Amino acid sequence: MKPIFMTFTKEDFINFFVIMVVAVAVVPNIVPTSYWYVSILIPFLCLSLAGLGQQIIIGYTGQLALGAAGFMAAGAFACFNLILRVPGIPFFVALILSGFIASAFGILFGLPSLRVRGIYLMVATLASQFFIVWGIDKFGWFKNYDTSGIITVQQIVIFDKPLTSPLAMYLLTLGIVTVLTLIALNLVRGSTGRKWMAVRDMDIAAESMGVSLLKTKLQAFAISSFYCGIAGALFAFTYLQSLEPAAFSIKLSFQILFIVILGGLGTINGVFIGTAFILLFPVLLNIVGTKVFHGAVDATIISSVEQMVFGALMIIFMIFQPLGMAKIWENMMLKFAPKPDRRLTS
Amino acid sequence: MTDQLLFFLEVVVAGMLSGTMYSLVALGYVLIYKSSSNFNFAQGAMVFFAVLSFVGLMELGLPFVAAFIATILLMMLLGLLTEKLVLRPLTNQSEETVLMATIGLGFFLEGFTQAIWGVEVRKLDLGVKDFPIPWIADNLKLFISALDLVAAVVALTMIAGITLIFKYTKVGLGLRAVADDPGAASSIGIPLKNIMFFVWSAAGVVALVAGMMWGARAGVQFALVDLALKALPVLIIGGFSSISGALIAGLIVGATEKILEVFLGPMVGGGIEGWAPYVMAILFLLYRPEGLFGEKIIRRV
Repeated sequence: MKPIFMTFTKEDFINFFVIMVVAVAVVPNIVPTSYWYVSILIPFLCLSLAGLGQQIIIGYTGQLALGAAGFMAAGAFACFNLILRVPGIPFFVALILSGFIASAFGILFGLPSLRVRGIYLMVATLASQFFIVWGIDKFGWFKNYDTSGIITVQQIVIFDKPLTSPLAMYLLTLGIVTVLTLIALNLVRGSTGRKWMAVRDMDIAAESMGVSLLKTKLQAFAISSFYCGIAGALFAFTYLQSLEPAAFSIKLSFQILFIVILGGLGTINGVFIGTAFILLFPVLLNIVGTKVFHGAVDATIISSVEQMVFGALMIIFMIFQPLGMAKIWENMMLKFAPKPDRRLTS
Repeated sequence: MTDQLLFFLEVVVAGMLSGTMYSLVALGYVLIYKSSSNFNFAQGAMVFFAVLSFVGLMELGLPFVAAFIATILLMMLLGLLTEKLVLRPLTNQSEETVLMATIGLGFFLEGFTQAIWGVEVRKLDLGVKDFPIPWIADNLKLFISALDLVAAVVALTMIAGITLIFKYTKVGLGLRAVADDPGAASSIGIPLKNIMFFVWSAAGVVALVAGMMWGARAGVQFALVDLALKALPVLIIGGFSSISGALIAGLIVGATEKILEVFLGPMVGGGIEGWAPYVMAILFLLYRPEGLFGEKIIRRV
């Protein structure tokens, strides 16, 4: 019998197919305004990708790292500079290279994980957050000596065609995120992911089984920050369409941490559920604020309430369902499943 | 003394004194870690909540002392609720789970504070000015802020007081027993509940005092939460369970970041203070993971 997480069932392929049809064929036809692309769908995809990176390091490898926004900043500015300084570089090449640059930073700031863990590691990785953002801010070269503080990014050009419409940006991001998600699913399922999980569950046991902690941890950091770097570049080029170091603050890092924790540690689909929640809940709250209270409630109060709810949910999940929304989703699916779930019976 | 040396000395002293402010925040973390082995990430939010409540109550017309006492009561209530609603259900859970829950608690508190008291930056006047003390400036030619000095004295007093409580009182003995082994402690009749309530209240008072010092300098505002994050490197350098370690690490971090900022900062455009403590913490972790005075836990990673 194969372990549960090793198998892709027929249902998984059907689910994948349905999701792709909805995302590629249905969404462009039913989403009317560019508002939804610009402020929901594109950030959803970008943050999900960063969430995947965070999931790999926290959820799969068990290393409590908190500096995703720093690696996102590294990726975003790397992409900006590559396109600016290397004439004729294709966008995809720049994107992948910026992922690798973020990876290099990931390995560097992942080094402390070889000696410490838990809260100690968290503080050590906070250094990456503050150091990278500071470095970009202080050395004008990274910003092309722009003094206004906010740089407009270059247009994305693919095969000599500039991408301008929100729909095109959405489809581009969707494509990249799909490919990277599939890669992540396979990584997690294969020997790489099993090594990560072995380290997470019990590092001493993993080591005595012949898993190299050094290699496994640094590899996880590298891949995690690769994802974050790509996510940062996409975040800047498709969502913000501008670049400023302040956009990659500690707040963003916390947001990504929340996505992973609320979504469910150690799951890939949880990342997407968590991101959807993090993005849609404030929208819902705003609608309630305007429709129910007719704007009588101050906007700052609404954002405070939002923060309270996220915080409270985090506590509630830790107490009642540490596996997050992905687990709730799975339980629901099991309840409604017409026949016994194959994964559990095979 | 040459002028350069004097200037260097001044930078070091100013850095050390403002470093005690980090110590004050770190003290709150140490208190809870020492007695429950839980890391309370919400300490920064507690600082923010305490001082904003204090200022808010004063704005409502309460006199200084009454507002101070009311805020302490409020912090005790908060400690009680935290113990009951968050920590109790998480007993025997892994370190990481509790840590995540306190991150959630921190976010909740930040939102709660802003929902009640608003988001404006408020001023806090403690009657102590953030200016050099004239007498010292004239006689020793050192420019030392009065507020820094007061903060240092307050920090020292609190640290001394808490050390004494831990060492010589019955509550302190109970605290140490609980920290060592909660199960064994409760089986010999140490009231776990009361002990945790006491610790959280004490952490609340420490948070209030730390917040008042920071608030008097930088204004009572949300940025206090980020400042409290800087107490984390202090905590790592000093060791998680050492009260005096928090003080000494605060001095070291304060002095080092000021020296770097003043002498190296102009070359790179400043802002070194923002990350220097974290990088110091990394270097320390590589060399001495348990901190200066922390208990050595032998655990291979």
